Amino acid sequence: MPTTLTINSRKYEVDVPEWTPLLWVIRDELKLTGTKYGCGVAFCGACTVHVDGQPVRSCQTYVEDVVDTDITTIEGIDSNVANAVQQAWKDENVAQCGYCQSGQIMSAISLLTDNPKPSDEEIDSHMWGNACRCATYQRIRSAIQSASKNLED
Amino acid sequence: MTVQLTRRTFLQTASATTTLLIGFNGSNILASGNADGEFTPFVRISSDGTITAIIKHFECGQGTTTGLSTLIAEELNMDLDQVEIEFAPANTQKYANLFFGIQGTGGSTAMANSFMQYRTAGAAAREMLIKAAADEWGVSPESISLANGQLSSGGKEASVGEFVAAASMLEVPAEPPLKDPSEFTLIGNPDTNRRDNEGKVNGTAQYAMDVYLDGQIVAVFIRSPRFGGTLVSLDDSGAQDIPGFIRTAKLPTGTGAIVYAKNTWAALQSRDAIFVEWDFSNADNRSSDQIKADLLAAVNTDAEFNARGTQGDAAESLSRATKVISKEFFLPFLAHAPMEPLTCTIAPTETGVILYDGCQMPTGAQMALGAILRIPPENVQVKTLYAGGSFGRRASPSADYHVEAAFAFALSGGKVPVKLVWSREDDLKGGFYRPAVAHKVQVGLDDDGRIVGWDHRISGKPIFKGTPSEAALVQNGVDITSVEGVADTLYDIPGLYVGLTDDKSPISVNWWRSVGHSHTAYVMESMMDLAAVEAGQDPLEYRLAHMESGTPDQNRLAGVLKLAGSKAGWGTPPPEGHYRGIAAHKSFGTYVAEVVEVSGDIDNGVVIEKVTCAVDCGIAVNPDVIKAQMESGIGYGIGHVMRNEITFTDGEVDQWNFPDYQPMRINDIRAIEVHIVPSTERPSGVGEPSTPPSGPALANAIALMGRRVTQLPMEANGITFA
Ligand code: FES
Ligand code: FES
Repeated sequence: MPTTLTINSRKYEVDVPEWTPLLWVIRDELKLTGTKYGCGVAFCGACTVHVDGQPVRSCQTYVEDVVDTDITTIEGIDSNVANAVQQAWKDENVAQCGYCQSGQIMSAISLLTDNPKPSDEEIDSHMWGNACRCATYQRIRSAIQSASKNLED
Repeated sequence: MTVQLTRRTFLQTASATTTLLIGFNGSNILASGNADGEFTPFVRISSDGTITAIIKHFECGQGTTTGLSTLIAEELNMDLDQVEIEFAPANTQKYANLFFGIQGTGGSTAMANSFMQYRTAGAAAREMLIKAAADEWGVSPESISLANGQLSSGGKEASVGEFVAAASMLEVPAEPPLKDPSEFTLIGNPDTNRRDNEGKVNGTAQYAMDVYLDGQIVAVFIRSPRFGGTLVSLDDSGAQDIPGFIRTAKLPTGTGAIVYAKNTWAALQSRDAIFVEWDFSNADNRSSDQIKADLLAAVNTDAEFNARGTQGDAAESLSRATKVISKEFFLPFLAHAPMEPLTCTIAPTETGVILYDGCQMPTGAQMALGAILRIPPENVQVKTLYAGGSFGRRASPSADYHVEAAFAFALSGGKVPVKLVWSREDDLKGGFYRPAVAHKVQVGLDDDGRIVGWDHRISGKPIFKGTPSEAALVQNGVDITSVEGVADTLYDIPGLYVGLTDDKSPISVNWWRSVGHSHTAYVMESMMDLAAVEAGQDPLEYRLAHMESGTPDQNRLAGVLKLAGSKAGWGTPPPEGHYRGIAAHKSFGTYVAEVVEVSGDIDNGVVIEKVTCAVDCGIAVNPDVIKAQMESGIGYGIGHVMRNEITFTDGEVDQWNFPDYQPMRINDIRAIEVHIVPSTERPSGVGEPSTPPSGPALANAIALMGRRVTQLPMEANGITFA
């Protein structure tokens, strides 16, 4: 039986078993490929999306859990915070291979939305679950700090 | 590389958009034309004014696209973002990497081999456009300036596009003058931004994992859980009810089977529901303790091959020493674990196939697909997409995952696109590891603490034996990548002996970020540190004292040591409770020294406060890209040294996914600072060289807390990190 999901303010009918991970619906069914697969076990953060504004790992979130929610992927972000984060990411040249960065950015947006002026320790603890095999961490930290500063100005 | 006089390869023919293409032909001679049949184009200028840099190396995050387009933009006086970027199609003859002979990216060579080629191509384009405009306007070429795609002289002005047709009729200049470094505005500019930023912050950058073609199916593999096992039987009845499952196919090689499904999730679930039996009689059934014991035993007997000097020389020089220090080291198997697991898609075309891949060695893939699918390699098109990291994994001498993809495509019937997907579990369990290695080192010191003898034995599985690269990289039985960084050490070491014994396990191994240097630097730089401590001398000064022959190599290594030392406050007391370790190493033509400062203690948690890095990689084309690569290589090196290993129980890999192959995390290193040595030497690689010294610099700092770590990873050997 098809399920209706609301993603990036758009309604999609998907015909998948209800225990399918949201990640694979987003990618394989809807072809929203900005959300990445890195581990499938909620341990890398590459698949991070927002569900009702909260960051979740879509690889361990199932279709049945997200009916009647608002899901946002990297393709759908659009807010002052999101723009500031993306701009800071470009200014600091954070990305290397870039594969983890959609997830990093989704997590950074949720951090700055809840806590506009995080300390380095708060950044580290919020971002801990987002692995970057290219180890772009120094720049992630400074990009979050500079986005925070730009939002304040 | 020399640029020689040439005739233009061929004249333009009619086409919708006229283009001027400039590059090199097979003999490395500058050539131009408007079609790319007979030479390698590096730059293309279209009559609509578009200027495109054609990138022959893949982009896995190391900044290749930025670096190579910088060279074109520099010679053409463009802003960096005015130059478009395109990945070159696979073509062995045309895009041969000068160091490899086939098109590929590895050994941190992208900038090293392209620096002159791309600049020369850009300069030739500039000269030809100016000449064309000068002829048309009746003015001298010297009066014409070219900037940002506009030609101008006196009151005349036109877009380069207007002169593309005329320029393409001209003879290519034999040796177009290159810009003087004093006029560089982009090369060496610390404020240039990466070219791939936009797509990588908004999710639109296309990776191989993002390929979704009409009618595409997904293939995942069932591989033997022990290396060297063969498939006995397969029962896929459990998968029949899984929505999306298509079927299974056994591999003709006997090494496993393929599971086909309509989508990724169905493929992964189906695989879990399939029951297989294996024959392990020819498998490596050892556990890690045994593997380690075997390797350590091998370095405690006569070596199989001599990589440098003889055992007799070493024995003789050690007999003259007043003190001999001896240590054994063990470094484990390591997985590359690029963030994007391996994947590629093969689709049928009219004449053959097209491969969609974040391809590190397009021509290797082309040959593998051609051989298995029985089509000429030139009928294999390659579409290069972004690669979600590689660290060496996206290429292997056997083109392993391309071979798998080819089998998956062939056994599917070859009618629809087939996407090969590796899960993270496949990635960690699937082999092609940095080989586990043991070293035993005996260092002899004289009364003054100077090194007077060095006996160094290594055992591990060679990467290149039995591969197509064997002829080039194995000499007198020695795989040079097993001993690089020791046998060619830059230190003045009398009586140096390096012996090597091969491990013959079927566990597959591969180059891993910095290849042999990933273990040899750890051992060399730990031993130099130990020797300095035994000699009662400062570790930095001690290294300098062993580079007094003053070769250019030694001077450059000494240069980075001094720079890193001065930036890190070496020689001044560290803050209370802090300790500093230093290490330096040359790899891939680049010299890197690092100082690691730690605090805390080994029982309750070591904190890595700061890594200070100095690098000499010749001319710094994009300083910010170089800094980023140093940061990345340091994080990668230190992360693995801290906590990563692939271990075995009865031949099966113990690790499963990131929870037990824990990636370095954001809180592991508090700060990294990178300093670049100003240089006029040719640029050399930056993707790998910061990895080798990072581990030993950390180990040398931790040694000051009371424990010398000679077995890795540190966390499994008594060190706790905060
Ligand atoms: S793919 Fe979801 S956390 Fe790794
Ligand atoms: S940029 Fe490569 S994994 Fe983060």
